[in-house]
Amino acid sequence: MDLALSDEQRIIVDMVRRFVREEIVPLEDTLDPDADEVPPEKLAELVDKTKEMGLHGLDTPPEYGGPEIDLVTRCLIAIECSQHRAGLYAPCYYAFGGARQAQLFEATDAQKEKYLYPMLNGKKKVFFGLSEPSGGSDPGRAIQTRAVRDGDHWVLNGTKLWISGADRADYGLLFARTGGPGRSGVTAFIVETEWEGFNVRRVVHTLRSAKYATEIQLEDLRVPHENILGEEGGGFAIANDRLARQRVPYSAECLGIAIKAHEMAVEYSKIRETFGAPLAHRQGIQWMLVENEIDIRAAKLLIFDAAAKADRSEPFRTESAIAKLVASENSFKVVDRSMQIHGGLGVAKDLPLERWFREMRIRRVGEGPSEVQKHVIARDILNESLR
Amino acid sequence: MPVRMDKSWTPLEEASLTTVAAHLGVYQLANDEGEIVYIGVANARTLFGIKGELRKAIADPPASATQFRYEVNMAYRTRHAELLQAYMHDYGELPVANTDIDPRMLGRLRPAG
Repeated sequence: MDLALSDEQRIIVDMVRRFVREEIVPLEDTLDPDADEVPPEKLAELVDKTKEMGLHGLDTPPEYGGPEIDLVTRCLIAIECSQHRAGLYAPCYYAFGGARQAQLFEATDAQKEKYLYPMLNGKKKVFFGLSEPSGGSDPGRAIQTRAVRDGDHWVLNGTKLWISGADRADYGLLFARTGGPGRSGVTAFIVETEWEGFNVRRVVHTLRSAKYATEIQLEDLRVPHENILGEEGGGFAIANDRLARQRVPYSAECLGIAIKAHEMAVEYSKIRETFGAPLAHRQGIQWMLVENEIDIRAAKLLIFDAAAKADRSEPFRTESAIAKLVASENSFKVVDRSMQIHGGLGVAKDLPLERWFREMRIRRVGEGPSEVQKHVIARDILNESLR
Repeated sequence: MPVRMDKSWTPLEEASLTTVAAHLGVYQLANDEGEIVYIGVANARTLFGIKGELRKAIADPPASATQFRYEVNMAYRTRHAELLQAYMHDYGELPVANTDIDPRMLGRLRPAG
């Protein structure tokens, strides 16, 4: 595997790195340490700059106006974009375009007109409603929200949990059971948040003090039949579509944080003196730095292995799961060690390490916990469906 | 934790601050009638956390606030947003002294009750 960057990739990396250092990091000096957004006017300024770079809408396919970049390049950008305080969950405060509900690309022409294009041009916000109190890692079996046909409509009842952005969204994708148990009984619906029966009941407070999740209650929510996304009973395939692909840049964001934390630890160990010598002279510290370096390099190789296979159109589900597992676990350890090297300063809000520590802990659970990734890997190794 | 803060009110005066620590969190200010006039946050950029913010309110009470209640909370940003959104749901507008909040940055919550 050739890891050398092309000239174009090098230019993109330099450009994004400069953008983060010159536009984003100084901006954070004025924000609360847990901030995850900037005022709309400031965001518009930043977006203009990413558009000038030709890099706005990173996760939008080129046929819908996104940039022509492959997954390796997307990962290189993700590594750079995350290297600031809010970078893990709000990379560059969404100046490169917010998260897209990729599933809407599978919509009918009428649905695209009404829902996809307003999302792509930033006029409307969309949420993704899959997880429920009964679980999120195994949606095929866990989904209990029911949808019952009533003439030209479906009537939805149930509860969704851990749903990001539902309180600020204009519409979203909701998955409900229209048939029997199992994957084939799940259907995806596009629902509008203003409809009667759609209620965001509370904010779910977590380790992450920004970018909260919500709990949604659906009480006789009536959804027109034409708002089914894909086919009736085809919701599970839609939910899973592109997940393997999304996990790779997700892993790269973890790596970006690890790289920055490690860089800070290396610098600090050289200037911080204890008992008459810099920390960097202590073997205990050196070994921590070595372990950081190895964890980062291992994660990097696995991320780019997965991305390169995807770019070659080879199967990459196992590689994607391995990359997510190793990048989230290793990056958490790197941040933890870097905090330890910084001592008291590491746990204070003066530095970004404590925020990264809290948010990186969530990364080991989000987008499929490490154990689910192992389940996926084991299934592929054994080439059979594990029950 | 209930969506709406339901603690009892304390007089907004210096003597009440002896038991208030300099933690991060959220607070509400009310007038004599117990009507909420301001929902505030003591974030990590504040000096002396909740205590410091309440001291500022005592010196210059927003909308003639006379009472306060607070909640120590490390998830101060999400809790602040939740309290503001719950108030918006109940009253259709922000508390009178919350001119520091851009309503465009708030979501829509429909808490039960």
